[in-house]
Amino acid sequence: METGRGDEVKLIGMWASPFVLRVKVALNLKGVHYESLEEDLPFGKSQLLLDSNPVHKKVPVLLHNGKPICESLIILEYIDEVWASAGAPAILPSDPYDRATARFWAAYVDEKIFASMKGALITESDEKRKALVESTLVGLGSMEEALDRRSKGGKFFGGESIGFLDLALGSLVGWLRVMGKACGMNFLDPDRTPRLAGWAESFCEADPIKDVLPDTDKLVEFRKTLQAAMEAASAAAAAAATPATPSTS
Amino acid sequence: MEKGGEVIKLIGTHSSPFVLRVKIALNLKNVPFEFLIEYLPYKKTQLLLDSNPVHKKVPVLLHDGRAICESLIILEYIDETWASCGAPILPSDPYDRAIARFWAAYIDEKLFPPFRAILTTEGEEQKAKVGEVVAALEMLEEGFGKCNKGGKFFGGQTIGLVDLVLGSLVSWMSVMDGLAETQLLDPNKIPMLAAWAEDFCEVPAVKEVLPEIAKLVEVGKGIQARERAAAAAASSASVTAIGDPTVSS
Repeated sequence: METGRGDEVKLIGMWASPFVLRVKVALNLKGVHYESLEEDLPFGKSQLLLDSNPVHKKVPVLLHNGKPICESLIILEYIDEVWASAGAPAILPSDPYDRATARFWAAYVDEKIFASMKGALITESDEKRKALVESTLVGLGSMEEALDRRSKGGKFFGGESIGFLDLALGSLVGWLRVMGKACGMNFLDPDRTPRLAGWAESFCEADPIKDVLPDTDKLVEFRKTLQAAMEAASAAAAAAATPATPSTS
Repeated sequence: MEKGGEVIKLIGTHSSPFVLRVKIALNLKNVPFEFLIEYLPYKKTQLLLDSNPVHKKVPVLLHDGRAICESLIILEYIDETWASCGAPILPSDPYDRAIARFWAAYIDEKLFPPFRAILTTEGEEQKAKVGEVVAALEMLEEGFGKCNKGGKFFGGQTIGLVDLVLGSLVSWMSVMDGLAETQLLDPNKIPMLAAWAEDFCEVPAVKEVLPEIAKLVEVGKGIQARERAAAAAASSASVTAIGDPTVSS
């Protein structure tokens, strides 16, 4: 279990964020001790967050000896490169083609699956939600195929151990369950995507994950908090935009 | 040094900046390749559809028959596969690599969408898009100051990832300047990037493959014309719907 000589590692995050979860699990996989700095999102952003990620002002931000690294997938690659040793498992494979494949599907998770899922959770239009739910299912179907096509065995996309793509997709499992409750369906239905359903169980039960995986009921409650905050924000914006009725002279 | 008997092909177009990045990278590494031209958007070859079934987009690198998709992923693949050829595309220090990846992602996520939209918008909307692009370039001017370590490029003394990603847009910036009456690389506003762009275009591996501005202008005008035609068709369809008493609104 290494941290490195005099390394100071801090993670600016938020318990419900799947992107932060990716980084927590990666640090756990590498046995890196870190200080967790919790942001009060969506209600406020600390000065540290604004100073560390001035471009995007988002979590997660990894602070390694004071230097900030932003964007979850970029942080995962950083963690893999800095804490590469015989003891800690590699997050990315060593073969360039396998690395390209893992990166391709991780980007797909963010661009297709996360984007659709987020849209479905936010939208007020039933029609749009239906389309976004469908889009999420298509994305998960592609991941089922990707899992099927792997030449190497093992419970995970990364083979016997959790890898880059497992972290990318696995971090969304909690929110997929939230969406499932909201829509009355199972997004990781073993009848539709048997391999993915099995993989999700293995992922959530694995040691580096189970202690940091947020509770689904807490995520459901948090979603209500987020919705209320969004409604308050749009009501405030609408009130600000309405011109005052001119008085007749 | 190329490995003997390898077959390298690049599926792309002459006008795509994403394809251009890959061409330059292969040139920098002295990797000979066969260029397979797609005539987008009119037609997609079966090879493209088979090689990139998920996105159906260019560029696709085919290395001994295996397809690598997504330009940023292809660039990392090239850097890893031909590591011993030419200067490295990514720096060796993990923190510097994270910063390079950060700015590369920023360019594609924050700069490119409004940049592309300059072609598909007009009037005030177009002005707003230009504003977004200028803001992103100003952010990159700051980034350049922190990355270049005294050298002419984001990569320092030699071209790196961010140079390839932003540099591939420079020719198109001239096109946008003409069409929208702007000066995106304004030396008064962003002096470092204005100088960088000139230096970038002078690098032999870049100069050899830069597209002709006149040809890009034609492509740009084609995109504008198609956009106007689509907008006209959409608005006449909705006018018809409003006027037709049998169509419910």
